[in-house]
Amino acid sequence: MSIFSEENVFNDFIEKIGKAAQKICKDMRDLTLLVGDITRTSWYVIKHPSKLRWRDVGYYMDLCGSQALPIVIMICFLMGLILAFQAAVQARKFGGEIFVADAVGFSILKELGPLMVAMIATGRAGSAFAAEIGTMKVNEEISALETMGFSPTRFLVIPKLVAMLIAMPVLTVFGDVSGLFGGFIVGITMLGLPGMAYYTRTIAVLHPSTMALGLIKSIVFGILIAIVGCLRGFQSESDAQGVGRSTTSSVVTSIFMIVIADSVLTMLYTFLGY
Amino acid sequence: MKNNKKPIVEVRNLTIGYDRTTVMEELNFCVHTGEIFVILGGSGCGKSTLLKHLIGLYEPFRGDIKIFGESIVRSDEDEKRELMRQFGVTYQGGALFGSLTLEENVSLPLEEYTTLSKDEIKQRAYDKLALVDLQGYEQYMPSEISGGMKKRAGLARAMALDPKLLFFDEPSAGLDPITSAELDRLILRLRKDLGTTIVIVTHELDSIFTVADRVIMLDKRTKSIIAEGEPHYLKKNSENEWVRDFLNRSNLKQV
Repeated sequence: MSIFSEENVFNDFIEKIGKAAQKICKDMRDLTLLVGDITRTSWYVIKHPSKLRWRDVGYYMDLCGSQALPIVIMICFLMGLILAFQAAVQARKFGGEIFVADAVGFSILKELGPLMVAMIATGRAGSAFAAEIGTMKVNEEISALETMGFSPTRFLVIPKLVAMLIAMPVLTVFGDVSGLFGGFIVGITMLGLPGMAYYTRTIAVLHPSTMALGLIKSIVFGILIAIVGCLRGFQSESDAQGVGRSTTSSVVTSIFMIVIADSVLTMLYTFLGY
Repeated sequence: MKNNKKPIVEVRNLTIGYDRTTVMEELNFCVHTGEIFVILGGSGCGKSTLLKHLIGLYEPFRGDIKIFGESIVRSDEDEKRELMRQFGVTYQGGALFGSLTLEENVSLPLEEYTTLSKDEIKQRAYDKLALVDLQGYEQYMPSEISGGMKKRAGLARAMALDPKLLFFDEPSAGLDPITSAELDRLILRLRKDLGTTIVIVTHELDSIFTVADRVIMLDKRTKSIIAEGEPHYLKKNSENEWVRDFLNRSNLKQV
């Protein structure tokens, strides 16, 4: 019988589905266990703040925050610029150039600012978390932590999570301002709007709550990036290729989960009337 | 040989493995207080897997492991952590935390589990590093020292809380004969000076004949212990031909 017979192809197909389902179930189980452990450990750290490794928090804030700042500013500025260009083409047809400020302001603050910062943080921080924990696993450092009676979650996950919770909203604020500035540049050059008019329009349509909605998103994205990066690190196989695969997987999974979370939050905001 | 000392590690009817593969079945042995006990066997026979079960990293399929009289298998997560604090483990590559200096690595358990002041912790870390002949290297990062030094620094960290029981995973692996012999002397000194009970996983015969009071030999084919006793006695008198061949480094063939 040929290996390409109909029966073999069907069996392979069923086997692949089975393995994929098994992997998804394992991922869900591992994720649930990690989230449970993070919740338990967070409560312990809240009660005993001195038990948190604050030096590590500072290191990760630097890695995920200040070191990412130039690229965040650059990308968000260009995003604002592109958005304003696209909006300007349409707005000009109706003589509504001033409404470019509305389009850029709302899009950047509510959607693109947090989303672009999350994408950058995924590529920088999420992959670094997975690679770091994966390499520690290869070097038996995780085993060493466990046999010393230390919780790997407290030592490795909580400092990253705290750093992301602080760094992500701060980066988002910088990203938002850069994006708005990108739109402003297009407004005063390509559209010929007076700078003060564009600025006044932006201030008039945007409320602090608009920015707050984006910042809430950025906090949720930060939590997802930290958890997924650490999860993939712990799931890493104990060899160099395994670490590489877990790093790639952390980026792909984080992006997927960020987009899902963004959709859910956007629908929720709309439902609540924001 | 009968040993009247109290067992510090007791393994009863232990069946171990990973995923769905059974590696060893129905293992029974004890490690007595003050003893240097070696788990011996050919490559891939399951020595390191057994060690990972003994130190609580893996769950066995069946059976029980008692350390200091407490079951590490049946304890809950918190009880297991409490038990783990009472023994030290040194890993093949040292398993030092790469982002910390040697002093910080050794200080870590002291910061977590003692109420010593910063100065006292620093002094204790320096003392432990001096004990393994690493004085002068306290501020080095793990990436700046050799493999043998990493193992010794790992040992200093494992000894930070003065445990009564130490586990070694392949202490001689990857070391030159002189460094390996130095490590053997260090192990003997630890037992003599501190009375530490030591369990070693290795297949380095020179080390075994230098340090071991008693060995068990694992066999991959039968998934069981095929010899138990003093290494010099087994070398000459073991009933199992393969054990004699292995210990005499001659005509190695599986019987």
